[in-house]
Amino acid sequence: MPQVTLTVNGKSETVDVEGRTLLVELLREKLGLTGTHVGCDTSQCGACVVHVNGMSVKSCTMLALQTEGAAVTTIEGLAKPDGTLHPMQEMFREHHALQCGFCTPGMVMSAVDLVQSHPEGLTEQQIRHGLEGNLCRCTGYHNIVKAIAAAWPLMHGKAMPEAAE
Amino acid sequence: MYDFTYLKPSTLPEAVSLLSSDTEAKALAGGMTFIPVLKQRLARPTKLVDLAGLGLSGISVAGGKVRIAAMTTHMTVADSPDVQKAIPALAKLAGGIGDKEVRHRGTIGGSLANNDPSACYPSAVLALGATILTNKRIIAADDYFQGMFATALEPDELITAVEFPVPEKAAYMKFPNPASRYAIVGVFVAKFPTGARVAVTGAGQSGVFRHAAMEEALGKSFSPEAVGNVPTDAENLNSDIHASAEYRAHLIGVMARRAVAAAG
Repeated sequence: MPQVTLTVNGKSETVDVEGRTLLVELLREKLGLTGTHVGCDTSQCGACVVHVNGMSVKSCTMLALQTEGAAVTTIEGLAKPDGTLHPMQEMFREHHALQCGFCTPGMVMSAVDLVQSHPEGLTEQQIRHGLEGNLCRCTGYHNIVKAIAAAWPLMHGKAMPEAAE
Repeated sequence: MYDFTYLKPSTLPEAVSLLSSDTEAKALAGGMTFIPVLKQRLARPTKLVDLAGLGLSGISVAGGKVRIAAMTTHMTVADSPDVQKAIPALAKLAGGIGDKEVRHRGTIGGSLANNDPSACYPSAVLALGATILTNKRIIAADDYFQGMFATALEPDELITAVEFPVPEKAAYMKFPNPASRYAIVGVFVAKFPTGARVAVTGAGQSGVFRHAAMEEALGKSFSPEAVGNVPTDAENLNSDIHASAEYRAHLIGVMARRAVAAAG
């Protein structure tokens, strides 16, 4: 059986997988990291979003073997070991950006990538465009957008530039 | 998904040899279409040959041409200052494909090899008169697209890069499916010193096609008024749950007019 060696949330893992094993199956079934969800399983809903080498991807549409040597971060890897939440998680809580919570891990991972990749700032429109790949069926996005805008200054350690508004 | 043997060669000749030695082997680019196809058991390859290790990624601009290597992701094209400067319409098109997670993985070569009739890239390639470079030859856009999911590529032929000539003006407008972001209708217009080219995706029963009547109208006057009233015959257009052929015919006019206006 093929093996894949990758880093998950900072820890090196070597796992037996099949050719057809998906990244999300590796995470949930082999490593027990069930924070990453499977919603639609057709790469539309975004509940399965994780970071591979810092970029948000849909883990239901990537083969485990494609992550050989990669660094994967899941929702479990965001908070500090002492339990201090990542600023994005904190702002999701602060702004009530979730109800049932099913889409939340994917939303948060997608949002973290969005904020990290826009050091120049983010407009509300850019945030909404950046969430195209994440579906929520409860809150209707408004509070999610607010939470992401609120997390930007915390993640970049400065006020959101005026030009981006 | 049926199981397969996953292979990741590190050279192009090695990848070609793996594909030519087994007719049931398939190439894997970004996988944004192919992995869902495998999950639905619509294909059952013996081997998957991942092209990610071949070094086929990167963008260069020289001699009035933008060259994009086959495994370059949509996000890289969208974010490229070189593409944004040379052919802004192409960067904008890439930035509107799927969603950002799909753009992080999906590639230009994969999109063109698949030739989905609703994909965005084929319209840019056809309207800009781009050239497809493969491990065997150079294929003109007008010869490349051969119908829905059909291309001039041979089974062991791999796209290595695409070369786009820089137009005077160009723009792409799409009416997206709100769930998938695929084009219900997408129109790419381009103006060259030799004339205008118009390509339509999402609408045709045989995939992307050039719109001769619109090209003629824009050749006389490159203006929204010139193109908006050029009729499109609905006979060879798609009808599905998203839009009827007649509605698509109407949308082609609307998208073309908006594209010409956006091109300036």
